[in-house]
Amino acid sequence: MLKNRENLVMKIIIYVVCIFLAILSIIPFWLMIVNATRSTTEIQQHAISLIPSGYMMNNLKILLGKSFNPAVGFMNSLIISIGATALAVYFSSLTAYAQVAYNWKLRNAFFSFIMVVMMIPAQVTMIGFYQMVYKIHMTNNLAMLIFPAIASPSMVFFMRQYLQPTLSMEIVQSARIDGAKEFMIFNRIVLPIMKPAIATQAIFSFVASWNNLFTPLVLLTDQKRYTMPIMVSLLKGDIYKTEYGSVYMGLTLTVLPLIIVYLLLSKYIIAGVALGGVKG
Amino acid sequence: MKSKKPGYDRYAKYGYIFSIPFVIAFLLFSLYPTVYTAVIGFTDLKGLGMTDIHFLTDDLFRNFKTVLTNPSFQGAFKNTVVIWLSNFIPQMLLALLLAAWFTDKRSKVKGQGTFKVLLYMPNIITAATIAILFSGFFGYPMGPVNDFLVRFGFVDKPVELLRNKTVARSVVIFIQTWMWYGSTMITLISGILGISPEIFESAEVDGANRVQTFFYITLPNVKTILLFTLVTSLIGGLNMFDIPKLFQNGGPDNATLTTSLFIYNQAFSGSYMYNRAAAASMVMFVIIAILAAMMFFVMRDKDEAQLRKQIKQQQKEYRMRMKSGKENA
Repeated sequence: MLKNRENLVMKIIIYVVCIFLAILSIIPFWLMIVNATRSTTEIQQHAISLIPSGYMMNNLKILLGKSFNPAVGFMNSLIISIGATALAVYFSSLTAYAQVAYNWKLRNAFFSFIMVVMMIPAQVTMIGFYQMVYKIHMTNNLAMLIFPAIASPSMVFFMRQYLQPTLSMEIVQSARIDGAKEFMIFNRIVLPIMKPAIATQAIFSFVASWNNLFTPLVLLTDQKRYTMPIMVSLLKGDIYKTEYGSVYMGLTLTVLPLIIVYLLLSKYIIAGVALGGVKG
Repeated sequence: MKSKKPGYDRYAKYGYIFSIPFVIAFLLFSLYPTVYTAVIGFTDLKGLGMTDIHFLTDDLFRNFKTVLTNPSFQGAFKNTVVIWLSNFIPQMLLALLLAAWFTDKRSKVKGQGTFKVLLYMPNIITAATIAILFSGFFGYPMGPVNDFLVRFGFVDKPVELLRNKTVARSVVIFIQTWMWYGSTMITLISGILGISPEIFESAEVDGANRVQTFFYITLPNVKTILLFTLVTSLIGGLNMFDIPKLFQNGGPDNATLTTSLFIYNQAFSGSYMYNRAAAASMVMFVIIAILAAMMFFVMRDKDEAQLRKQIKQQQKEYRMRMKSGKENA
């Protein structure tokens, strides 16, 4: 009897805490979306409201009348994120395949090297990177935000961990007997095998690239090249100082696509986090 | 590992060929900038648009000395560590607690999937957006937080909350915790689910309660994952930039200035002191490299190292036997 009661109390505590945390996850975004539909006067009177108002279009008009251009930011971010993700997953898979399928002299040394450089963040090498890009006049060139993704050490690591138990060399051998070239075998046989790993890694690479502020902020000075996070940072500027509704509107525009994609793909994302923490 | 059989190594070259793109990209975009940053640290490079480097002649380490004795950098380093520590500890405790609850067979928490999705959600949202959103929430004279405080009678009139150093720093700590505990929780859950269920069963048979099970079985078995989380979080924490930059731009009075933000400000906002920023970067680089090396030694696949050793041993024996065989013949 006592045990049951104890269990019940425990259960209640667990649910209360979990529901509280769930609300804590939702409420900031809820407030943001609601305030995006309210006029600045309404927000000034009472900044907390859970019920939407009718000033959405008005806020949008004020927002777009100034330097904030979500369409441009969206397109640039899309180009960078898709480009970087495609390069990262393809070349990381290739590098991982070289690790798993072939027996070469420097293989283990190369893998140790990958594990060591995996942890080095781009931030600490930014001064040299900026100077290099500046010298070849490539600041404001989105390619400089895309091509570095070819070398993604942590992704190589996870791709290798996935491929090692999955790849059967018999399939590769029989393809060789059928006369397939090594590069063909990778493209036609190995890449399809890696699909699940590619899917999860692609999501994380895309999100990381989409949310990246530091590198674009350093390299991009041309407004037409701004990415979404830089566009967002404009909302902090003086021109929007008194336009509360529009600022919330701008923030909402940047968050909404992410929330929708997240809710659609959450199953894979949660599974991906469980596979190996991608931390920032 | 040379093989004498012809054709055995015919494919080995593809190992090198397929690694070439990675190596080239790494050399160009990672190694070269790293070396270049280090070099700039020893030069007098400053000023917008300057690229010519001249090594310091009077004192080669002047930039490093200036940075290390700069109160602003020291403060930034202290802030970074304080903010990281005070978000990591609650984040870890909360994640451990939730992971223990969610994996406990006796509690059978329903709706776990939904909870995981919601608790992880802040992590996926652009940090830049979240920083500006929270700076709006704490707005003066009328932000949601002030509205709440006035409405429920905590204060008589709106307070300029973010003028207060402790408040500003606490908000940054809160945001960091709020954004990351879900991720840590999911990593820990997968670690706990990887523990053999038999261990838990026998613990239950032996009459261990929830608390005992957690401390004597769960915790020791996820040690490696805890360490992995610790180091990745520490490295991430040492590079904290987006939130402090867009929340209060390091303010008030440098209370939320982090080392990354210090480096950015030195190099790209106003002063263009590339040399000093490079020196500061290298200080951080060394700290992170040491941490990464520690990580490497813990994370390296122990079983695999063992296996490799065995293979080498066998090959040696094989060669020895071949040799002696030849001699005998």
